[in-house]
Amino acid sequence: MSTLEIKDLHVSIDTEQGTKEILKGVSLTIRTGETHAIMGPNGSGKSTLASTIAGHPRYNVTSGTITLDGEDVLAMTVDERARAGLFLAMQYPVEVPGVSMTNFLRTAKTAIDGEAPKLRTWTKDVKAAMAQLRIDADFTQRNVNEGFSGGEKKRVEILQLELFKPKFAILDETDSGLDVDALKVVSEGVNRAHAEGNMGTLLITHYTRILRYIKPEFVHVFVDGQVVEEGGPELADRLEEEGYDRYATGAGAATIAAASAAAQA
Amino acid sequence: MTDITTEKARIGAPSQPFINGFTEEGESLSPVNAAASKSPLAGEAVKRHSHGGGVGIPDSSRAGRLTSYKLADFKPLTGMEEDWRFTPLKRLRGLHTEVLNGAAPTVSVTAPDSVTVETVGRDDRRIGSAAIPEDRVSANAWENFTEATVITVPAEVQVDGEVSVLLTGQGTGASAQHVVIIAEKFSKSVVVLDHQGTAVVAENIEILVEDGAQLTVISLQEWNDDAVHASSQQARLGRDAKFKHIVVSLGGDLVRVTPSARFTGPGAEVELFGLYFADAGQHLEQRLFVDHSVANCKSNVLYKGALQGRNAHTVWVGDVLIRKEAEGTDTYEANRNLVLTDGARADSVPNLEIETGLIAGAGHASATGRFDDQHLFYLMARGIPEEVARRLVVRGFLNEIIQQIKVPAIEERLTAAVERELAATNH
Ligand SMILES: Nc1ncnc2c1ncn2[C@@H]1O[C@H](COP(=O)(O)OP(=O)(O)O)[C@@H](O)[C@H]1O
Ligand SMILES: [Mg+2]
Repeated sequence: MSTLEIKDLHVSIDTEQGTKEILKGVSLTIRTGETHAIMGPNGSGKSTLASTIAGHPRYNVTSGTITLDGEDVLAMTVDERARAGLFLAMQYPVEVPGVSMTNFLRTAKTAIDGEAPKLRTWTKDVKAAMAQLRIDADFTQRNVNEGFSGGEKKRVEILQLELFKPKFAILDETDSGLDVDALKVVSEGVNRAHAEGNMGTLLITHYTRILRYIKPEFVHVFVDGQVVEEGGPELADRLEEEGYDRYATGAGAATIAAASAAAQA
Repeated sequence: MTDITTEKARIGAPSQPFINGFTEEGESLSPVNAAASKSPLAGEAVKRHSHGGGVGIPDSSRAGRLTSYKLADFKPLTGMEEDWRFTPLKRLRGLHTEVLNGAAPTVSVTAPDSVTVETVGRDDRRIGSAAIPEDRVSANAWENFTEATVITVPAEVQVDGEVSVLLTGQGTGASAQHVVIIAEKFSKSVVVLDHQGTAVVAENIEILVEDGAQLTVISLQEWNDDAVHASSQQARLGRDAKFKHIVVSLGGDLVRVTPSARFTGPGAEVELFGLYFADAGQHLEQRLFVDHSVANCKSNVLYKGALQGRNAHTVWVGDVLIRKEAEGTDTYEANRNLVLTDGARADSVPNLEIETGLIAGAGHASATGRFDDQHLFYLMARGIPEEVARRLVVRGFLNEIIQQIKVPAIEERLTAAVERELAATNH
């Protein structure tokens, strides 16, 4: 049983106009076996939260903490975080020219496990995982994400999720840009990984449709760098009907205390 | 065929630098430009380079370059010459000024019986059959060599395995070397020139690829750190000949390779590949010339370089000339550099001159990029340590050239050599 704990996180970025605060005090606790959905409008800071957990150098943590089973995640380098068991499925996976998928997957797996996987079982595992995600076998020969369509990139992120077996998966809008079939395939991948019982999931999404396939126990509504409302799956249903409009930007903060108190009750 | 309205378009230097501080023109076509430039080149003649110096024959057409077997025909070098402007002359250790009477690298050839290997004197009739010096150092070597190695692949012979020519440096006395490679009609072979040890040497490699012959020449520069090497490697291609040339420069203080390909009959194809990896203080230069003077020939050029460490310097200049009579030409040239650390500098200048509109295609690309932080983040976010990530990317980048070699033993050796280069500096 592991715990990822985010406490009062404030994050800013440097822009040409100066420092801009994006996360304004985010607190969140996820445990193994739980699925949390973070839902919010574009620009509310969802990717910032995800990237900060992964350690992207662009984001400066000005205060607050992130711990994994008590260990200070913020003190770790990007690769140390991944090896500690954090996995970020990126909203915009990066193309890495010159590096084949085969080589990349094996190198990453070796780094995460601390030893090279047994070649024969590994090749079999990769093949099987690819087949389940309906990724063509010849993708292993291609360079990482190079020339992949948006949907293919997302599948390949989930392929890595299934192969690397992290303690916590942060899925940043993995559903965006997927058609219904691809959404199902990708959701099944996440559910398979979850069903193994050793993973907690932070599912970041703008839309509610992925929640038909992946069932969160907790829903957090994110507006303007803060959680403005928290609740169970029913909150997602309400968002589906009402949208984000009622969380007028800036006004959320005042009502959050009451809203989350109600949700906890 | 594509009709180009302007009779002569000189495609020269691109503008915005990809890396700030890379001031020489040409080295830094943005990837966007690079991707777009596979189109036939039309429109107005592009602005000429401004080269500073102004001595010599800057910016004249490549067709006008002086060629001669006589050293005296070439003026002493000042460093202002178009073809020497990037080269640190002081580090040539006399190759351009001294009588080259030092001990030349020893030549040891391993070849299947079907191949003829001879050591001949200066008056052998085959000397001069494929090359004529195009610069002072090459002419100096021509004037000073005492004996030459002639390798002949007889007509219609298909050689199994490669012809291996080991050239081992004999110290720092300035010396001259001469090798002639003749691939007779319809033969098929691979020749490896393997440069090792310590040498200060000016070299002329003559390569004759007769009608219908297929020849691959691989020139490996794995010199010791103190070596100085200037190598002119000129190929003359017959009708329907296929020539593949691969330059790999890893070791040496200063290595300057100037390959060229000239067509004498239609239907011939040339591929010029190069791989270089410069680390701190090294100067690795490659200047190639493809002279399309005959109709319906093809050329394809790709050079890739990696740089790391202070004052690592690479130069790539790609001159491709499509003469008026070379209708139906299809040509593409590209150079890509990957800068791994601060303090390294890559100059990259594609020059495509087109004198006829009736061509099948002509394009060029040049891009110098830094190892990208986004690449690094993605790989590290998968648990891969920074060092390993860097190695993964560089290996992948250079592998495109290594794969062209197709001699497994050499591919393995170069892969290992690239790993050593990467391990050398801990960045
Ligand atoms: N690289 C950046 N440069 C400037 N502003 C940025 C950058 N990244 C994010 N932002 C700003 O931070 C805010 C949050 O962005 P982001 O975390 O991407 O939101 P979301 O993922 O919820 O759409 C937005 O206002 C966005 O404009
Ligand atoms: Mg986002």
